[in-house]
Amino acid sequence: MNMTRTLLSRLLQGLALVLAVVVLNFLLVHAAPGDPVETIAGASGGMSDELKAQLRSQYGLDQPLPVQLGIYLGKIVQGDLGFSYFFNLPVAGLIAERIPATLLLVVSAVLAAFVIGTTLGVLSARKPNGLLSQTITVLSLVGFAAPVFWTGIMLVILLASVWPIFPVSGLRSIDATGGGGARDMLDVLHHLVLPALTLGLVYLAQYSRLARASMLDVLGADYIRTARAKGLSNRVVLYKHALRNAVLPVVTILGLQFGNVMAGAILVETVFNWPGLGRLAFEAVLRRDYPSVLGVLLFSSIVVVVMNQLTDLCYRLIDPRIKTS
Amino acid sequence: MPVSLPFARRRALAAMALLAAAIAWPAAAEEPKRGGTLVFGSTQSPRHLNGAVQSGIATALPSTQLFASPLRFDDKWNAQPYLAESWSLAPDGKSLTLNLRRGAVFHDGKPITSEDVAFSIMAIKANHPFTTMLGPVEKVETPDAQTAIIRMSTPHPAIVLAMSPALCPILPKHVYGDGQDLKSHPRNSTNVVGSGPFRLVEFKPGQRVVMERFDKFFIAGRPYLDKLIMNITPDTSSLMLSLERGDLQMLPFASVPTDLQRLAKNPQVQLTPAGYEGIGALNWLAFNLTKKPLSDVKVRKAIAHTLDKNFISKALMAGFAKPADGPIVASSPFAVNDLVRYPVDLKKAVELLDAAGYKAGANGERFKLSIDYLPGADDQQKTVAEYIRTQLKKVGIAVEVRTSADFPAWAKRMATKDFDMSMDSVFNWGDPVIGVHRTYLSTNIKPIVWTNTQSYSNPQIDDLLNTAGGLLDPVKRKAYYATFQKVVTDELPIVFINQIPYHTAASKKLANVPTSIWGPMSPYDEVHFK
Repeated sequence: MNMTRTLLSRLLQGLALVLAVVVLNFLLVHAAPGDPVETIAGASGGMSDELKAQLRSQYGLDQPLPVQLGIYLGKIVQGDLGFSYFFNLPVAGLIAERIPATLLLVVSAVLAAFVIGTTLGVLSARKPNGLLSQTITVLSLVGFAAPVFWTGIMLVILLASVWPIFPVSGLRSIDATGGGGARDMLDVLHHLVLPALTLGLVYLAQYSRLARASMLDVLGADYIRTARAKGLSNRVVLYKHALRNAVLPVVTILGLQFGNVMAGAILVETVFNWPGLGRLAFEAVLRRDYPSVLGVLLFSSIVVVVMNQLTDLCYRLIDPRIKTS
Repeated sequence: MPVSLPFARRRALAAMALLAAAIAWPAAAEEPKRGGTLVFGSTQSPRHLNGAVQSGIATALPSTQLFASPLRFDDKWNAQPYLAESWSLAPDGKSLTLNLRRGAVFHDGKPITSEDVAFSIMAIKANHPFTTMLGPVEKVETPDAQTAIIRMSTPHPAIVLAMSPALCPILPKHVYGDGQDLKSHPRNSTNVVGSGPFRLVEFKPGQRVVMERFDKFFIAGRPYLDKLIMNITPDTSSLMLSLERGDLQMLPFASVPTDLQRLAKNPQVQLTPAGYEGIGALNWLAFNLTKKPLSDVKVRKAIAHTLDKNFISKALMAGFAKPADGPIVASSPFAVNDLVRYPVDLKKAVELLDAAGYKAGANGERFKLSIDYLPGADDQQKTVAEYIRTQLKKVGIAVEVRTSADFPAWAKRMATKDFDMSMDSVFNWGDPVIGVHRTYLSTNIKPIVWTNTQSYSNPQIDDLLNTAGGLLDPVKRKAYYATFQKVVTDELPIVFINQIPYHTAASKKLANVPTSIWGPMSPYDEVHFK
């Protein structure tokens, strides 16, 4: 009962939040200088007055902003994301087509970063001043501090040009027909390595730093001393008593990151020409393709809200002390 | 049921076949290799694939493969038969008769008739962004299935060039004439039906366009390639890497000087500047004539005298760009040499500024100006803007280089005349009527990017252009354009800087890389692998 009520109130909170985000996005996107018709005129190498006016009225851009907002909200409520000005295709379709690519990239990058990062962090917490710990610290800091696009370009130069082990960009080979067979999957995996590595490196650093710090923190706690005093082996103390608590903040970050990983994905997808949502969002902004930008932003805000709720739920599973608050 | 021919006839046939083979022998020896997949790169993403309602390079690249046009052009501006076997422009210049090929079919197997031509030309007139291109066209008559007569209200010699693949795709009326708005027609992106050498297999917006050989293409035996893939990658350096690795076999519209240097050194790559005569891409410095002190021609001339175009072409563009001195690109048949030129002369610039009444202040400064530039091609635009800043500082003009976040932000500044000076890239698009007039006609001062955003107004120029646009005799027409070029370079609403060094880079394994005046924006039916 209590649980249901919490969930329901969470759901309502989430909806209100998403609505606020939609309105804010709408205003922000329209505040950018220039408009979509100007961009289409640019892509066409010039355009007449009449044609521009015609496009403006076709897209409803000749209406006052509040009216446009009202129309947009009305459509959103009905689940209609509108038509892309630039591609003249339904936004929902454009987004749906690109979700799998982004999901694949983000999930593999974050999971790899989580597993490897946490392991490295825990390892380095065992001997905080040892050689291994120092090395991991330096590498994590470099990974964290280097801009994503730089890491990406360096990896491409090294592993796609100097040693052409991996492809330069894209999701599949240029002449691939897709289809989802074993060969196609291998092709996609081959293309996935560099972008996932690039995106993962940033998060890997965060996880390893966080896991290390929180492990060290926990290891100083009273109950660990108690456990050791009981005569438990170092292994049991570390992995059974300490790790479970130490991993809690890491899970928080994991949850939050699945939501905001879009920011990193935009850069990585652009560098690697990865046909995902990030690149769609980036290009839509450059074209002032309002419906596409708003569609992607709406989608990612829903992801953030949902992920936050799931993180909360995960807390309860890992730490039974957290009930409802 | 197999029919057995009488022996004698079979022998005769065999002899004829031998004879035919003997006659065809020299040609047969050069018979190009068939098959293969050509992957070419593009940094620009097409909105859709229908060039009848969408201009620009991005759409033209696939559209010219998917749709055939009445005529095509060679590398010397001569019209060649394509869908039309023959054509004739009436002596009064007010009608163009096209005699279509017999037996030509669309990708869906339906025959191409004069009805389709009439429908397409009127559709282009109603929807294409270049309104001057078919402006005088009134109607298209179709006396029979193979004849289309384009009737115009005034003589319009540009009509022949307007029949080019990039400007006049012939659409099947039975597909696109269903009454839906053509600019947003669903078949512009999916299930596209044309009659070009290749037919559409897949279009993923922002990713790729896959096309394959159309077996019933109206030129027998062509195209030679089996498959054509346009790979859309916004990042030039990825495309460069892909070409070097052999993932791509052709990269049209390459223009970054450092890339060109690298490509020129690559033994696997052939690099050609041919094929960009039609588009006639100019890089220039535009003035806002409504603002002081730029409204004073002396000031504009002073600025022109500070710029060393040779330095820009040789150093900034690594020797790949040719300097430009006039509004019509040098490769156009209407370009002339008799222009007012402005050799680098800082002393003269100072004298002109003094004469205009802008004396240097105590700190050596005369006045302040800002310069904008078209974002997205820093090597052609930003670098030159920075150079202009340092040059103008030498004569006491303080210049602030203003950056625009992206194209729409810059386009807005141009449209609202919120600029002093701006670097810009503008295309001639073949005939001056299409791409040149728009920049200088006082009737085209509009709040739109790539119109007369300089606010240049001279009744003499209006007269010259309007008359030249309707002159059939190329010699007379050129005489009018000669005066126009002289006046414009004297009054200087724009300082012309250089031709954009567009090149086509291709694998050396590729033969017949397109080098007609429309270059990569023409059908690839003759391209083949060696």
